[in-house]
Amino acid sequence: MKYQSQKVALAYFSVAMALFAIQVFGGLLAGWIYVSPNTLSEVLPFNVVRMIHTNALIVWLLLGFFGAAYFLVPEEAERELFSTKLAYLQLGILVIGTLGAVASYLVGIHGGREFLEQPLWVKFGILVAAVIFLVNISLTVLAGRRTAITNILLMGLWLLSLLWIFAFINPDNLGLDKMYWWFIVHLWVEGTWELVMAAILGYLMLKLTGVDREVVEKWLYVIVATALFSGILGTGHHFYWIGLPAYWQWIGSIFSTMEVVPFFAMMSFAFVMVWKGRKNHPNKAALLWSLGASTVAFFGAGVWGFLHTLHGVNYYTHGTQITAAHGHLAFYGAYVALNLAMFTYAMPMLRGRAPYNQWLNMTAFWLMTGGMSFMTFVLTFAGTIQVHLQRVMGEYYMDVQDQLGLFYAMRFGAGAMVVAGALLFIYSLAVVRRQAPAGNAVGEAA
Amino acid sequence: MSEILTKSRARNVFYGGSLFFIAVFAGLTVQSHSHVVSRSTTSMPLTEEVRLGKEGWERNSCINCHTLHGEGAYFAPEVGNVMTRWGVVDDPDAAAEMLGGWIDAQPSGIEGRRQMPHFELTDEEKRGLSEFLRWADKMNTQSWPPNDAG
Repeated sequence: MKYQSQKVALAYFSVAMALFAIQVFGGLLAGWIYVSPNTLSEVLPFNVVRMIHTNALIVWLLLGFFGAAYFLVPEEAERELFSTKLAYLQLGILVIGTLGAVASYLVGIHGGREFLEQPLWVKFGILVAAVIFLVNISLTVLAGRRTAITNILLMGLWLLSLLWIFAFINPDNLGLDKMYWWFIVHLWVEGTWELVMAAILGYLMLKLTGVDREVVEKWLYVIVATALFSGILGTGHHFYWIGLPAYWQWIGSIFSTMEVVPFFAMMSFAFVMVWKGRKNHPNKAALLWSLGASTVAFFGAGVWGFLHTLHGVNYYTHGTQITAAHGHLAFYGAYVALNLAMFTYAMPMLRGRAPYNQWLNMTAFWLMTGGMSFMTFVLTFAGTIQVHLQRVMGEYYMDVQDQLGLFYAMRFGAGAMVVAGALLFIYSLAVVRRQAPAGNAVGEAA
Repeated sequence: MSEILTKSRARNVFYGGSLFFIAVFAGLTVQSHSHVVSRSTTSMPLTEEVRLGKEGWERNSCINCHTLHGEGAYFAPEVGNVMTRWGVVDDPDAAAEMLGGWIDAQPSGIEGRRQMPHFELTDEEKRGLSEFLRWADKMNTQSWPPNDAG
């Protein structure tokens, strides 16, 4: 760690991992309710459990992105952060907002647009925090060295913050409501977040493989170009059945098919860099997570996304367990695993411990990735049966669900594996070798 | 390859292309917006009752169990066509009565059955909700879902 102010990332990553734990336990509980539907049904109904599961996910991923930016921007810009106080203030606002949101969900106060259930004051808090962040990081970058990695990272973070404006726009007309809602949901995860992902992945490749910066940065521009060229009009694949013009069925099908390209490119990029690189970086776990993230993102977001994106297919699969399967593997690969790669890379430096004997962490990778893959498979099977019985044969929803019990039981098992992996991961980063002497020569990976 | 595609060329393609696609998307958004307002949602007026119903739908976070036009959680039945399924899509009174009866009967408490929570709604709110669901049912959704099962 070259710059003192990079230390703020430690606080961000710690809060992120705490929320990660809450998220996976929420998921496990929701999975258990599928198996045993009367569980807590009077006290903590499924809709609240799910809200906590999805909201905790989104907030911790964002905290991870913020922390990653605070960690890598000083190194890229070659100077200290503009202000560490602002960074901690921003974190404070987000923590208060998060606790406030969870508390209000538990007493039944929430909005009703999926993923945007936060009370209005929390939404404003998020906006304020985002502005503080953008000011802080932009001033740092403008005053220092500018690289493609910081350019792309900043562009992604600026655009995703701008899109947050749509959280405040809720038209009475359901068709419009749905259309603008996707401006956040789709243009985040299939647009601006991909810029953030590519920038972080590029940074990790630079550090872990030692490949020439010029090569990494050229790749990065190609990747993010394919991401936005496909992703922006790819929004159309959400516009098939919500009252929008029929031309979206063509535009959405064609462009969202091309959304596979940036994920394939990121996977190829990661592997090619590792093959080309001469550096033998001791943090093998960070390398495993980086390669794993880009690979699982390709399958989860790319392949499983393509599986049901053509409008003729989506007509039958829309809103079934197929969607759930895709959502889980895509989020896990693209954003969860990528954040965990960054945590794995940065935490040993932030905590002053080296070398990186991280076999616990790598075990956690295989547990989580294995569990999430198995969950995706069983949900895909459940979804296929659901599509046939419900959408083709016309059997009623609950009659079909009653026939899927075996898959939901297996999904719970897969979820338990993911939770075990997540806990092991947190343990390996936060607890192991806590007593190791801090001041000894910390591996400066750069 | 590396001579044709330099870093600065790649960057310029990225910036220029992104601006182009943003412009196209913005144009299509304007057109889609007016399509929704003037064509696809006009078969039933957007009344105060419908607004009240949408508010109630959101306040109780129905979307985190049900789907509405396929979007939401996948834990409970699709409701974008529930009024058609119940055969009351053109009968506001019957629709309100049926939905009110359903809501009042929850939770069923049956062991091993997914439980819909108890929601405390006034008669106006129930009526609003059924009007909102009738309104949603009458949107032009390109004939989705494929059948009444939703």
